Amino acid sequence: MNQREKEEYLREYAVLKSAGKPFFPYIIVKDGVMMIVVIGVIMLMSIMLGGELTAKADATTTTYAPRPEWYYFWAFELLRVIKPPYLVSLATVGIPTIAILLLILLPFYDRNPERHPLRRPVATTAGIFIMGAMFFLSYLGAEAGAPSQVEIGPPPAIAEAGGATMLKWDAGRKLVAQSSCGGCHKIGENGNDGPGPPLTEIGDRLKEGAIRETLINPTRPMPSFAQLGADNIDKMAFFLASLKSGGEGKGTTGGGAEGTGEESEGGSTPGQSPGG
Amino acid sequence: MAKKTPKLASAKEAGVHAVDFVDERTSISGTLRWVMFRPIPKGTNWFYTLGTATMVAFINQVITGIVLGMYYEPSTTRAYESMKYINNEVFLGEFVHGMHRWGSSVMVILIFLHMARTFFFGAYKYPRELNWVIGVALLVLTLLMSVTGYLLPFDQRAYWASVVAMNIAGNAPLIGPFTPDIALGGPDVTTLTLSRFYIIHMMLIPGAIIALIGAHLYLVVKLGTTAPPWVRADKVSADLKEHEG
Ligand code: HEM
Repeated sequence: MNQREKEEYLREYAVLKSAGKPFFPYIIVKDGVMMIVVIGVIMLMSIMLGGELTAKADATTTTYAPRPEWYYFWAFELLRVIKPPYLVSLATVGIPTIAILLLILLPFYDRNPERHPLRRPVATTAGIFIMGAMFFLSYLGAEAGAPSQVEIGPPPAIAEAGGATMLKWDAGRKLVAQSSCGGCHKIGENGNDGPGPPLTEIGDRLKEGAIRETLINPTRPMPSFAQLGADNIDKMAFFLASLKSGGEGKGTTGGGAEGTGEESEGGSTPGQSPGG
Repeated sequence: MAKKTPKLASAKEAGVHAVDFVDERTSISGTLRWVMFRPIPKGTNWFYTLGTATMVAFINQVITGIVLGMYYEPSTTRAYESMKYINNEVFLGEFVHGMHRWGSSVMVILIFLHMARTFFFGAYKYPRELNWVIGVALLVLTLLMSVTGYLLPFDQRAYWASVVAMNIAGNAPLIGPFTPDIALGGPDVTTLTLSRFYIIHMMLIPGAIIALIGAHLYLVVKLGTTAPPWVRADKVSADLKEHEG
């Protein structure tokens, strides 16, 4: 805005103001109604939803995989969408930083004196697009499989072997789910994509022994799972090593494609129910 | 009309005296008049109540937070128990806890709506740029409030969400490796972490928010609130004659 535009605005605003009404008592009524509505809604939500507490925090059993507050779903979904591991740290910190900077600087790079939303097509479109994207990502985030579950189906070889092999595989799957690996790793449709690398095809990259070693002696920030005991670690490593590209199937149907195990034979491991 | 008893009259006189005493030393009545009787442009609608609504949600957080703070103990051994005590033993405890819990969601929704309103109305433009910048700072602080508050009940959700959040922050370039030490006071979530988050959550950030809301509202009153962008001065002054006539 140049000097002339500034003065024009101030003149225009002075006229609008002189045609207005005093805040008290005309406008304050609306604000008062709004105050009562806000407090009323909060009280209602408290009565209906309560002040829930889940079980006491326990750093050792790791049976709880958290989900963020719903208003961070969109950000987490963004993380899930960003695949390459080297981009993850950029995304977790870079995207929010850039977003905040763009917000702070908005009045300084948007120098268009026009204020009407319909006569600011770029700004209005950008605003609507960002809001739409946030709603859409929030929806996806809310729909995504809970990280405390692993719903991937067994690879055909294991499903055919059945018996003890299948039991070991399924025990490993449940242990992985309960140990909240999904808090940091994506496994099939479940889990958060990052900060850890996705495990959906980890069997391609690591042998069973190497996986076992990682579970016991991980690199930070991943915690060690040694306290689960050798037997459990074995099962987990067996399960993880079976996850290979093209290997996972939808139970016995063995569709072969990406493990979209929504209704896989394995069913779902119930995450620990809150308040238990 | 009822006759005033001498008692009432003298009480009234004392009241007037007290008000005069304060006013003489603060000129507060001028400030009040400046705030309360400021002209609001024609066309101001319900969208303009969203800022007040955000403020009310924040005040709700302050009041319920003070009540919770009277019982809460920020230690790994006592935090969860004290929250349980609030829920189960304290009169209306769970109600107040719930108002704090859900009030935070309401505040986040309202602050986004308020921001959207000022964005689409072009209210961040001259001369209100600074108020937009203060607003963004308020937004960031509000989101930080919810991050630090999430850990405090020290239940499973609180703990594991904070671990994940810390892992993400720990992955940041440059500052990443230092965040656990700064935020957690060590590699793990301990009592040190809880007391650190607690003081950030109940003093540091709220203090900053209160100061910034003060600055925000000062500028709102000083600059005046915008008229909706579709209300034009030439139209209004033509209307003016009809309506006010
Ligand atoms: C704790 C958070 C906040 C509180 C309590 C608050 C409060 C208020 C109030 C009461 C007003 C008066 C007009 C109205 O209600 O619309 C206002 C105006 C304004 N706010 Fe906020 N606000 C907050 C956050 C924000 C944020 C996040 C932004 C933007 C990033 C923002 C930008 C503005 C602007 C530009 C105005 C001037 C609008 C106009 O004159 O039409 N505020 N704020």
